[in-house]
Amino acid sequence: MNQILEVKSVSKSFGNLVANKDISFNVNKGEVLAILGENGAGKTTLMNILFGHYMPDNGEIIFKNQSIKFGNTGNSISLGIGMVHQHFTLADNLTVLENIIIGQNSLFNITLSKKESKEKLNTLIEKFGLPINPDAMVSDLSVSQKQRLEILKTLYQDCELLILDEPTAALTPQETESLFKTVRKMVIEGLSVILISHKLNEVLSISNRIIVLRNGKIAGEKITNHADYKSLASLIVGKEVSYPKKKKNTPKGEFLRAENIFYRTEIDLDVKIKNLNLNLFGGEILGIAGVAGNGQQNLAKLLAGHAKPTDGKIFMEENEVNLFTPKNFMDLGIAYIPEDRNKDGLIGDMSIWENTIMTEIENQNISNKFGFINDTFSKEKAERICEINDVRLQSINQPARLLSGGNVQKLLIGRWLNRNPKIIIACQPTRGLDEGAIAAVHKMLLEARENGNAILIIGEDLDELISLSDKISVIYNGQLSAPLYTDNLDKLKIGMMMSGEGFGND
Amino acid sequence: MIFDFIEILFTAGFWAATIRIACPLIFATLGEVICERSGVLNLGIEGIMSLGAMVGWMSVYLGADLYSGVLLAAIIGALFGFLHAIFTVYLGASQHVTGIGITMLASSIGFFSFRLILPSSTTPPKIIPFEKINIPYLSDIPFIGEALFQHTPFTYIAFISVIIIFWLLNSTPFGLSIKMAGENPMALEAQGIDVLLVRTVSVIIGSALMAVGGAYLTMSAFDAFYFGMINGRGWIAIALVIFAAWKPERALLGAILFAGLDAYQVRAQQLAGAFIPYQFFLMLPFILSIVAMIVASKRTRYPKALLIPFRRGERH
Amino acid sequence: MINFRLEERENKSFWMNVIAPFIAIFIALLISCFLILLAGVSPLESYKELLIGSFGSRNAIAETLSRATPLILTGLAASIAFKAKFWNIGAEGQLYAGALAVTFFGTGLIELPTILMIPFLFLVGAVAGGLLLLPLVLLKNYYKVDEVVTTLLTNFIVILLVSYLLEGPWKDPMSLGWPQGASVIDQGVLPQIVARTRLHLGFIFSIFFAVLIWILLSRHIVGYQIKAVGFNPSAASHSGLPVLKTILIVALLSGGMAGMAGVTETAGLKGYLTLDLSPGFGYAGIAVAMLAGLHPLGVIASGIFLASIYVGADAMSRSMNVPSYLADVIVAITVLCVLVSLVLIQFKVKLLGSSK
Repeated sequence: MNQILEVKSVSKSFGNLVANKDISFNVNKGEVLAILGENGAGKTTLMNILFGHYMPDNGEIIFKNQSIKFGNTGNSISLGIGMVHQHFTLADNLTVLENIIIGQNSLFNITLSKKESKEKLNTLIEKFGLPINPDAMVSDLSVSQKQRLEILKTLYQDCELLILDEPTAALTPQETESLFKTVRKMVIEGLSVILISHKLNEVLSISNRIIVLRNGKIAGEKITNHADYKSLASLIVGKEVSYPKKKKNTPKGEFLRAENIFYRTEIDLDVKIKNLNLNLFGGEILGIAGVAGNGQQNLAKLLAGHAKPTDGKIFMEENEVNLFTPKNFMDLGIAYIPEDRNKDGLIGDMSIWENTIMTEIENQNISNKFGFINDTFSKEKAERICEINDVRLQSINQPARLLSGGNVQKLLIGRWLNRNPKIIIACQPTRGLDEGAIAAVHKMLLEARENGNAILIIGEDLDELISLSDKISVIYNGQLSAPLYTDNLDKLKIGMMMSGEGFGND
Repeated sequence: MIFDFIEILFTAGFWAATIRIACPLIFATLGEVICERSGVLNLGIEGIMSLGAMVGWMSVYLGADLYSGVLLAAIIGALFGFLHAIFTVYLGASQHVTGIGITMLASSIGFFSFRLILPSSTTPPKIIPFEKINIPYLSDIPFIGEALFQHTPFTYIAFISVIIIFWLLNSTPFGLSIKMAGENPMALEAQGIDVLLVRTVSVIIGSALMAVGGAYLTMSAFDAFYFGMINGRGWIAIALVIFAAWKPERALLGAILFAGLDAYQVRAQQLAGAFIPYQFFLMLPFILSIVAMIVASKRTRYPKALLIPFRRGERH
Repeated sequence: MINFRLEERENKSFWMNVIAPFIAIFIALLISCFLILLAGVSPLESYKELLIGSFGSRNAIAETLSRATPLILTGLAASIAFKAKFWNIGAEGQLYAGALAVTFFGTGLIELPTILMIPFLFLVGAVAGGLLLLPLVLLKNYYKVDEVVTTLLTNFIVILLVSYLLEGPWKDPMSLGWPQGASVIDQGVLPQIVARTRLHLGFIFSIFFAVLIWILLSRHIVGYQIKAVGFNPSAASHSGLPVLKTILIVALLSGGMAGMAGVTETAGLKGYLTLDLSPGFGYAGIAVAMLAGLHPLGVIASGIFLASIYVGADAMSRSMNVPSYLADVIVAITVLCVLVSLVLIQFKVKLLGSSK
């Protein structure tokens, strides 16, 4: 086999954080190389260097015997490197075809030559079996269609090396299988593929060769046929991380009941909620499974008081809720851990102590009756909360943006737990965290369950959800299924439900 | 009495005035549309218009021909657009404050140079502005001819630029890139295109159009430069952009609608001036701009990346 | 093309924040030299005249400080609003709203002893300025109507309203045809604080409010909330902070400060309302706030500095024949330089050379 790409001792750091250190590897023509590693191991950074988003601090990359110009995506594309980003790089206000043809010709051409482009696109659609309507607006596409479009974009650019960054994160098991079919087809056509993933099973089923990254360095390389699950797992993590196990627990009474909830707004990115019913019991975790963009965001907003249902009722401990504000829901005992930690979680430019006391500024010891803040008390309190929840920091006065993702999440959950909430709504609580932090978050949530809290977890990783939850409901197109118990659960069935089986059409 | 108010609408003079008043707004709104579509709010508009008005007028006053005057205004506008882009696109500084700063700088430099060249003129000197051109045959059509086809070349340029900008945004690779830069700049970079370049060029083109819009006032609508003659037209254009949902064809519509109301109020003032003070008529454009934004707000869909600086190589 | 990238600094130096405005001023003065050279005179000579004109005599200092009074107040207005990322560019209109309130209440409608009358006028001026801003906040909150545009447009509306009132119902019959309002009653006039100058009590008030706002922003829960909402309204709301309430407070405070600038000018400097009460104090307030890095105490210094530029430029223009618009140019360049320094404080520039 001949070599198409060679990466020679590439390093990259962001400030003090070393993302990639002295990485060298190669890719052969017609192979699927998987790069495996936990979140934060440096996989995406490496690929962003390869594709030209980032400038490496040093190193060299040779593609088809040519040195790559760093920091220039246009150069990488013209050489034949294509990348499907984990967060799609599509413009919602343009059509499928328009998204593809941008950048094909000189920026200052005066025509678009849409007709020829459409013909070329249609041949590709047929050849690789990736059906999509070239004239559809991107905003109308589903997640899997968007991913198809991303792949077509790279194929259209005659790419010879395709980078797929966590391509299955938002797909159902069935959609994942169909993606892998496409990948196999591409390899037969002579393309090379780099697959970034943290899911071991998938990597084992699709790749030819596996490279494991850990802490920005290459931890090992294996031919897939000679690799096994266990040895790879230990390569990824380095040391064994023990996940807390959920204990037997008898649920207490009902804490929250949502009855026939409908929700729609005029300007809304998420789908509307239709006739949703849900019960949360003390000491029990309800997991919400579903493909992203099926109403999860709106569901969380409704249960946390960030949105008012258009119809339907919410009861908390048998009392109907009438005031739909985040503050009121907080006072009724709801803790809300939002999906987007950076946007909705901590305020990066404020200090850690200021962030920690944010949920309890009404505490008489923190602000006196004239509204002046007691710094000393607040800092001590913040220090205590951070210590209890194992938030690692240098100083309580540091700006919060210097905390790592895991510490941010521990602080976010910790400051809510400090208020002794009754109900916890957690959206994607472990997304993007490293294994150690994931275990810590699991521990916090399971302890809260043992302490009698009612917990709702919205998640994408089905395995994680099953391991944490007592029951699972599937959300699809704004509708919620009846809960299924997680002891002896049929995973395949959940997958089918996630793609809409068993749900009526509106 | 009521009939007098309705009759205004049936005079060709009213429609001709509407077209005339619309032109600076058309240029300015188109300019702002291009900037905002690429993701950059340009609050420099008011000052750039003022400076454009001064530069266009002054170059003619100092001996240049009219078209060179317009061109010079455009070049100065482009330069200030470039300055705006250095701040907001390359450095990623606050677009609000940069815009206000550019407005302060452009208008004060305009006033300063005006006073430097004409130190003590109490009555502003005049130039010979663009003259009306009657379009053969069309201008002879009764009513419509007088309303639409007896204007200065500058006026026709305004309408032609709507077509050009419409074509640019919808049918050229650069136009698509502008729209992508304002929606998802990362997508543009992933297609191998320099986001910063696209935004910079957009702001330059947009600012040149704003300056030309200012020049229209001193070179076609009037024949002299006054301090404060822009009088909020730039801010109104910003409201019109929102009303127009960032589309050039709707910008044209909005500008004409707006100019029509303005032309109407001037005429109604003559009729009703005795019992309604003129200041209330002058307030109308500003009140209407606010109303227009409220009306548009329900279906407003801002370019998603508006106001957000794009920093290459940043972790997203 | 120069290839460079900006990298966020891990630790932001306190001293850079302090030094940056001075560098910005220096660069602005340097660039403005070119304009002075265009006028055909010596820049050094001109700046000397400017300095003498603003600080050269007891009278000049008093004039500078009295010009600084409204600038400090509008600077505070911008600082508070910008801290919360609420882009109130309407201080000019709010200033006139304050002046209108003074004219309405202070010219005979209500008579109180001086010790009450003056605070009363400040109060009504502040309320008028704040109330003018309030509906625009609600428009932003409920209809997503951009406050930049609405506040700007409101300036024009208010000034036309003032024009109407001064030419119509509120015109002072004693004014010999000039459009100006009735005089503020004696109890309401802000007394001189330096004899035989125009420096009045309003200056003390402006300093007092700057200190008050500083305490509020740095020690009080309201300041904490303003900071949080300004940095990240979404995270603030997710943590249970009252975002709308905070923005309403910001609007009342910001509009209130600008309204009080109208009070100092009407009841202090002139004694009555005129159409040229403010030569753009509202807009200049933005420059004051930016130069001060939005710090309320910094606003005092930057307000006095900008006032000295304006006052000095008038003197310079008389003696050197440089158009006094130079002052506006200097101020504008200062604002832009401050913006650059803000970027450089937050990021370091990494030059990459031309790509190989």
